[in-house]
Amino acid sequence: MNTHLGAQWRRLGRGLVLMLTLAVLAGCATGPNPRDPYESYNRRMTGFNDDVDAMLLKPAATAYKEVTPAVVRTGISNFFGNLEDVWSFANSVLQLRPQAAVESALRFGVNTVFGLYGLLDIASEMGIEKHKEDFGQTLGRWGVPSGPYVVLPILGPSTVRDSLALAVDTPGGLAAGVEHVPTRNSLQALRLLETRASLLRASRVLDEAALDKYSFTRDVYLQRRRSQISDGQGDEGGAIEPSEP
Amino acid sequence: MNRRAWAAGWARWVSVLALSSVAWVAPAQAEDEAPDAFIKRLATETLDVIRDDKAIAAGDMAKIVALVDTRIMPNVNFQRMTAAAVGPAWRQATPEQQKRLQDEFKTLLVRTYSGALAQVSDQTITVKPLRAAPTDTEVVVRTEVKGRGEPIQLDYRLEKTPGQGVGWKIYNLNVLGVWLVETYRSQFAQEINAKGVDGLIASLAERNRSNAKKG
Repeated sequence: MNTHLGAQWRRLGRGLVLMLTLAVLAGCATGPNPRDPYESYNRRMTGFNDDVDAMLLKPAATAYKEVTPAVVRTGISNFFGNLEDVWSFANSVLQLRPQAAVESALRFGVNTVFGLYGLLDIASEMGIEKHKEDFGQTLGRWGVPSGPYVVLPILGPSTVRDSLALAVDTPGGLAAGVEHVPTRNSLQALRLLETRASLLRASRVLDEAALDKYSFTRDVYLQRRRSQISDGQGDEGGAIEPSEP
Repeated sequence: MNRRAWAAGWARWVSVLALSSVAWVAPAQAEDEAPDAFIKRLATETLDVIRDDKAIAAGDMAKIVALVDTRIMPNVNFQRMTAAAVGPAWRQATPEQQKRLQDEFKTLLVRTYSGALAQVSDQTITVKPLRAAPTDTEVVVRTEVKGRGEPIQLDYRLEKTPGQGVGWKIYNLNVLGVWLVETYRSQFAQEINAKGVDGLIASLAERNRSNAKKG
């Protein structure tokens, strides 16, 4: 019974993402910016997300951060990081990256067995490197172009490719292990809170560093994504023509 | 005086002079460090200073600015960085505007990112092997900052400046795959297109003012 409900939620989530992406593609596609054809939609969605964040996520995450002792927060983020390692392992295999795959599997093994089911990050203490790989990166590695920048409701910055990949990511990641729906929902909520709390400082920096938060976030996100896919091995960028004074 | 003793003394004096002149000439070449060694030294020294200084860890902005000014800025070609971020409009800007742009940009960067510097605790820096020919005048030095969690990729783009300082200056910075100049180039371009160079200066100054108020 519970498995059936779970599968229905998953299908709903996937359907929502696909529906949204199709709506975006069909709808306001022509913007003045060739690098960001959905800019007008993206800006509006960013505004919506910022409102939800200001009203809901940020206060909740701030309260969570104040109430929860650092040790507990570390444990929580380690726990979710451990589950991420499973998904990273799967994606590393798909990307034909044996070292990353082995290290992710090793991390999961060590942390689950010796780290109290992932609450302690023993693997990092041992120096086993963490490789975060999601399905969007796998697609990118296989050569699927990223497509235009797309801002998703609540979830934030993405690209057309990565949004579609999300449909595979979510069931593949955390949710896969937990069948009991209320538990899974609580876990998702906790994970969201922990992520938002860890980003509180970063969002303050964003407020201060950016003249235009939207384009700053977009440019940073797209550069970061390219770098994640090529694993920092990409072309050595950052060159500036010497003729520019 | 015994002529032989005098000649020996003279010879000794000349040889000492000759040797010391070599010492005068040599440092100019010895100062030109290899770019990766230079970055390793600069980064490690800066981290050590930050770790040892309690005031910086507590977030003392004045101290952080002083640290950046004395240790980091002399090794950065900030004019080139600013000019590249501003783009074609730089050439049309007056020297006054150029100076103001540099000042405001520097204030923005130092104030906003110094918070990250203050968080340094037990990180270590590894410099990856340099992939450049000895005759290259521009290089990218790749480093990794390892703390807890995923290592942070931190790359520097340097230009050769023979005779100045250590012989290399930084003009672009990459954190986690994001190049600083590129990111600010589109930020600045938006402002310049909308309000011109003076508008950009005003926006930067306004942002710096409101950041300073927040403390």
